[in-house]
Amino acid sequence: MERLEIREAIIDILESINPDEEYDDLKDDVSFRQQLSMDSMDMLDIVLELRKRFKIQIPESDYPKLDSMNSTLDYLAPLLADK
Amino acid sequence: MANDDSLYDAVIIGAGMSGLAAGIRLAQYDRRVLILEKHSVIGGLNSFYRRNGRNLDVGLHAMTNFVPKGVRTGPLARILRHLRLSWDDLGLTPQVGSSIAFPGVSLDFSNKFELLESQIAEKFPRQIDGFRKMVANLVDYDQLGGDDGLRTSARAFVSSFITDPLLVEMLFCPIFYYGGAREHDMDFGQFCIMFRAIFLEGFARPYEGIRLLLTRLLKKFKNLGGEIRLGTGVEKIVSDGDRAKKIVLADGKEIYARQFLSSAGWRETMRLCQLRCVGQPLAEGRLSFVETISILDRDPKKLGHKKTIVFFNDSDRFSYEKPDDTVDLRSGVICSPNNFQYNKPLGEGMIRITALANFDRWAGMNEDQYRVEKLRWFDRLLSSAVRFVPDFRGNIIDNDMFTPLTITRYTGHEGGAIYGSADKKYDGQTPLGNLFVCGTDQGMLGVVGAIVSGITIVNRYFLSK
Repeated sequence: MERLEIREAIIDILESINPDEEYDDLKDDVSFRQQLSMDSMDMLDIVLELRKRFKIQIPESDYPKLDSMNSTLDYLAPLLADK
Repeated sequence: MANDDSLYDAVIIGAGMSGLAAGIRLAQYDRRVLILEKHSVIGGLNSFYRRNGRNLDVGLHAMTNFVPKGVRTGPLARILRHLRLSWDDLGLTPQVGSSIAFPGVSLDFSNKFELLESQIAEKFPRQIDGFRKMVANLVDYDQLGGDDGLRTSARAFVSSFITDPLLVEMLFCPIFYYGGAREHDMDFGQFCIMFRAIFLEGFARPYEGIRLLLTRLLKKFKNLGGEIRLGTGVEKIVSDGDRAKKIVLADGKEIYARQFLSSAGWRETMRLCQLRCVGQPLAEGRLSFVETISILDRDPKKLGHKKTIVFFNDSDRFSYEKPDDTVDLRSGVICSPNNFQYNKPLGEGMIRITALANFDRWAGMNEDQYRVEKLRWFDRLLSSAVRFVPDFRGNIIDNDMFTPLTITRYTGHEGGAIYGSADKKYDGQTPLGNLFVCGTDQGMLGVVGAIVSGITIVNRYFLSK
């Protein structure tokens, strides 16, 4: 998957988690926590959705890498390169 | 041994708010999940029924924890995200305004915390600084769960900031009524949850009552592939001493699962496991309620009753305990479902009054006595309540009343215990490694609290692995 495709997929996951939120102005370099008031339970949802959609396992020690859109893409791009 | 058809990833006992929320979370992540509900309807304590052509809620005065649309923090926003619901799905309408009425002094409060602050500043000027300090020292939801430091006395906490005992009693009155599982005091952690839920966030109600939310949750669960069986009581949970193996239903059928989750209550669950002696048994809940429902020939506002909820007590000391008498007439909660900020009027006027009651006295009556006592105490409780709100007794066109026995019928709780065991099992664990508890006895109260409980326990023990 291309970086842009992965970004779309993540936006899709965010939209499914919180349909009331607007993601058009999402800043890729600011943490989800800060921007969307997401907590550790929300992060678990992102991880579970990634597991469900792309069949990838993300160990708990790697959760901090899913901090912002940019860091998430950096982390996922190699994992999803051939998906 | 079980074949594949009868092996579930998870079986949930109870289709109340916590069980339904837990079920949705599991089904969202493709777990094969089954909910078993003893009663013929969903909802548990927060259920609904039809009587004389009217839809009535069982336990619901209002939902607590209200925040307006767009607010991202707090338990309401969190459950919406975790259940993938939109704020509009709940159809919540905020309250008009409520009060705590004691002899000679009352405190108004609303969903704007400043109102309560200003009322305390005006009526208890020497206490306002202490009150503000107390609020600053409350802990957040996130810090709850598994921490025994939260088991300290809420009364000791409040009294360390507020020195006027009357104000202490007044603040505890709504908090006990809406979430006190133990007599006279509660855990500090629970106090924080309830204080936030009632005073810092606030009350709201769906125009259609609780059935709207329940219907949405059930539909969501089924659409995700979840299975549910109503009118299906659990006879026992069979274990090898370390792990639960299967559930035996009242009709003798057996259900196998990898993991089990019970919202039946701690003592009730242990009894199903026949584990009476394992672990520390939690003390039984002694607190139960009666509730009268009066249908009026007009909107209560036309009779001068404009408040959403009035918590009343007729002396300076509020006794939150199991009364010796059938009903405790000294205090109560008066709620009008009409008095929320709806866009259109609710239709018929309605006033609900809740008071403490003695389960054993109600349980000891024969059928005729039960019917007569309901009428007697209906009249007495209304006479007590109209000391604090305009007299509406001449406008009643229909009525109903539920008793501690009704609570047991809907919740399965021993002794009609409205909020379950006196002590809570915050970590949700049981002596069996694959059986967990959620709901009231995990320590979360109210509609939103119960949903948080179901989600939290599933996230922690079912989905994180």
